[in-house]
Amino acid sequence: MRLSPKGLGLAARLARRELRGGIEGFRIFLLCLALGVGAIAAVASVRSAIEQGLAAQGAVLLGGDAELEFTYRLADDAERSWIAAQALATSEIVDFRSMAVVGQGDGAERALTQVKGVDDAYPLTGAVVLDPAMPLALALAGSDGVPGGVMDRVLADRLGLQPGDLFRLGLQEFRLMALLLREPDAAAGGFSLGPRTIVATTALAGSDLLQPGTLFETAIRMLLPAGADLAALETRAETAFRDKGVRWHDRRNGAPGVARFIDRIGSFLVLVGLAGLATGGVGISAAVRAYLAGKVATIATIKVLGGEARLIFQLYLLQIGALTLLGLAAGLLLGAIAPLILGPVIAAQMPVPVEIGLYPRALAEAALYGSLTAAIFTLWPLAATENIRAATLYRAAGFGRVQVPRWPYLLATLLLVAVLVGASALLSGVVWLALSTAGGVMAALAVLVLAALALRWLAKRGAQVQVLRRFTALRLALGAIGGPGNEALPVVLSLGLGLAVLAAVGQIDVNLRHAIDTELPDRAPTYFFVDIQPDQIAGYAARLAGDPGVSRVESAPMLRGVITRIRGLPARDVAGDHWVVSGDRGVTFSDAVPPNVTLTAGEWWPKDYQGPAQISFAAEEAAEIGLQLGDSLSVNILGREIEATVTSFRQVDFSNAGIGFILSINPSALQGAPHSYISTVYADPAAEAPILRDLASAYPNITAIRVRDAVTRVADALASIAAATRVAAAATLLTGFVVLLGAAAAGVEARVQEAAVLKVLGATRGRILLSFALRSALMGAAAGVVAVLAGGLSGWGVMHFVMEGDYRFEPWSALMIVAGGIGATLLAGLAFAWRPLALRPGRVLRAAE
Amino acid sequence: MDEPILSLKDVTLSLHGNAGPVEILRGITLEVARGESIGLVGPSGSGKSSLLMLLGGLERASGGVVLACGHDLTALGEDALARFRRASMGIVFQSFHLIPTMTALENVALPMELAGAADAFDRAAAELTRVGLGHRTGHFPGQLSGGEQQRVALARAAAPRPAILLADEPTGNLDGATGQAIMDLLFGLQDLYGATLVLVTHAPDLAARCDRVVRLADGRIVGEERQRQGAAA
Repeated sequence: MRLSPKGLGLAARLARRELRGGIEGFRIFLLCLALGVGAIAAVASVRSAIEQGLAAQGAVLLGGDAELEFTYRLADDAERSWIAAQALATSEIVDFRSMAVVGQGDGAERALTQVKGVDDAYPLTGAVVLDPAMPLALALAGSDGVPGGVMDRVLADRLGLQPGDLFRLGLQEFRLMALLLREPDAAAGGFSLGPRTIVATTALAGSDLLQPGTLFETAIRMLLPAGADLAALETRAETAFRDKGVRWHDRRNGAPGVARFIDRIGSFLVLVGLAGLATGGVGISAAVRAYLAGKVATIATIKVLGGEARLIFQLYLLQIGALTLLGLAAGLLLGAIAPLILGPVIAAQMPVPVEIGLYPRALAEAALYGSLTAAIFTLWPLAATENIRAATLYRAAGFGRVQVPRWPYLLATLLLVAVLVGASALLSGVVWLALSTAGGVMAALAVLVLAALALRWLAKRGAQVQVLRRFTALRLALGAIGGPGNEALPVVLSLGLGLAVLAAVGQIDVNLRHAIDTELPDRAPTYFFVDIQPDQIAGYAARLAGDPGVSRVESAPMLRGVITRIRGLPARDVAGDHWVVSGDRGVTFSDAVPPNVTLTAGEWWPKDYQGPAQISFAAEEAAEIGLQLGDSLSVNILGREIEATVTSFRQVDFSNAGIGFILSINPSALQGAPHSYISTVYADPAAEAPILRDLASAYPNITAIRVRDAVTRVADALASIAAATRVAAAATLLTGFVVLLGAAAAGVEARVQEAAVLKVLGATRGRILLSFALRSALMGAAAGVVAVLAGGLSGWGVMHFVMEGDYRFEPWSALMIVAGGIGATLLAGLAFAWRPLALRPGRVLRAAE
Repeated sequence: MDEPILSLKDVTLSLHGNAGPVEILRGITLEVARGESIGLVGPSGSGKSSLLMLLGGLERASGGVVLACGHDLTALGEDALARFRRASMGIVFQSFHLIPTMTALENVALPMELAGAADAFDRAAAELTRVGLGHRTGHFPGQLSGGEQQRVALARAAAPRPAILLADEPTGNLDGATGQAIMDLLFGLQDLYGATLVLVTHAPDLAARCDRVVRLADGRIVGEERQRQGAAA
């Protein structure tokens, strides 16, 4: 469609004249657009507010301008002198998991904690907040000759501790001096399984916890001179220390784990918002169609007076464009104001700083999605104006039927969809997720259209079934759903998408919890024990060997190492960003193929092999990074570079929470390297407590992780995502409900006529109302059933392919979805039933003549 | 005789309804001279309005040739027909068909705006004054009586000075006195601008004011009467 400036001027003049009459017919259009755009703008603004908060508070979150992090070891002299040369001030911390213990013997209470050992300089940035309020140094100094510690309130409550009480870490006793209310650098650590305890590193010397081979991390934080070039420093540090497994972080991204999580969840919610906008699109399209249906006479008149199709298209394009701008403005206002009003609530809920404000980029993103959606959903009705002929003025012709437009419009629609999908992929940063969401939404819309057509067909056939003829109200309802001018399509489309998302979340949620409750004990171990010292492993094994409640124990020596080179090239050049090369990985060694391990290629080294180092690599990950048998690998273990050849691949199952190592090396290659043991124990519930008590008492340095607790924490994190998705789906449903109201409002004149004729023929108002209610309920139920099927299918897909578990259909969630569908349509349908029932038939029929 | 401004040769019109094709016009042959006024009369369903719509290019003939001002209307597309109408035709309907969102002045100016006339509004105002509505230019159709609306429609049809005026029962929705006034205006405008007028009507007295009356029945021309010496004589 060519748009000439001269024609546009006339079209604009005519459009202005038409819009003078008000925008009454566009309430649903504006509401759908404003709601969809508002939801996206709000989510994107909150995401930007968090990102801004993270960026602005980077140094506080990190605990310094920059840090070097070391796995399993302290910094060596070369590293310390490099740091000293750069920094104005430094602070060193030690971070590890351990058990906090209160009491002795059988009555002892134990809980997993994430311990942070700090020096006098901590924190370099930000402030620790304690209850009762006191300086951290004073708290860590302790009292009565016992060093002090502070811990998270959750942990203190779990152990029944009050400030002043004693607890132990390993062999060292501490006095709880205060509760830890705020740890400025908490977010930098990412996901942890235990609540925080902070003590002085010097006080840990007597704990026996930090031995060679223990799993711990240390970091030296730095305050840098103003204007220090962080990027240049990072490059220098990486170049100097990369092969020693040293990691650089700086304030530009103070809490990378949180930032990544917020980015992902924010993007995901924006994509769910897009699904809501698509639902709104159904209402937008219906509103434009209804508006243009009322303009048929005007369009035909303009054609009689000499107006060409192009002018007509431009005239209504400009009107819809102006209204789209209005809807976008309302939506952006909503999306910008909502976070400002809810700012304090949002900030209180977030573990990271949030800088609530106006974020033009977030609003622009929402505006882009809104305008593209409006264009996509209005193009077909606009194209249909071409088909209105001047002759319509004396020979009535409808506008209602959806017709496939000419190819230029189809092409334009496809282009607009491609731009929308492309923009969402580009702006969300998660291409795969954006593409699959777009595919999912389009597939869902297609399925819903088919379902609506099927419903129409069934209703039409059902209305003719002999048996149903006795049930007049039902027959009328079926006739109305199956007949011309029915509302099946908008109803099923508007509700289906939101209900399908809710149904999927419901099915996945229940199945996950079911898997944790019933399948986990069969598949996963009861305990993970870490930090077992080589001289403790025999006693540890002996304690478990004699226990009838223990069905299986698997132990393996463990070190950690960084894959630095593959086939002589830097590992990242070969494997890119694959997680296997992105940090340090567990490394084990064994003389023989361990039980439950299957070699998929190559051969294990002979017993007592003393030759050049050999590696057995996890088969799936090897395939992902393109590793072949015979390839050389360099692995940095505790600062020592080990050159080895890949001689076998083996199957490693990471899904059952058992022991799985990427790398296994022949023992002689690691001779003398300090290591600890990691062990899994499969035990009866009755044996759990005695095992923990005996082992923790005998070996205070050993950390026990109850797998169920860990999985529950992960499940809780997933539940938060499910809750956020539910909120977003609810926004989609709200939009869907507005669309329903629009469809009901549009059909009210037809229902007025229908009710008048039925009254003339002797139908009571009760029977007419029943017929109206039945048709609403049937359409709502159909939308619900389609949503449940789609949700069930998604649930099965997630459980089967992602979780590799069994799926079982969850009837309660499904019932709620169907009931919700019926409730929404009944509410919307009956809201507009009053007028048809109230008007006297004589008046209606006279007016029609 | 000069070349006729309207010429139909063996024109047929079939429409497809739910019950199959319906023959509306069956072999109409008719010529109308420049400046002539003809009245199309006949019972309901005889095809009068359909014939008028064919002449206006609002309907496409199923067979035969429709020539207007030398253009074969059966060969023109929808947009070309629209351009032809704005250059050469004014049409008045029984139901007025004013655009409800535009004032009387804007309604009258519209065909001239479509034709790109710079003085569209001046000419529209003059035309409205000519039909006696100079004081109501700013009113919307909903604020005007039926007779006033039809006068606006007349002004809209006549203002661009079309060569051909088509009127489809212009007094059908009006009372007798108002209808009479409208017809006076219509014939007055035709005389003033020398336009050719084709008038569809049920009223014999209105038809009698035309130069020629063409009688239709069942889609065919069944008679012709010349009423007075007109321009075609």
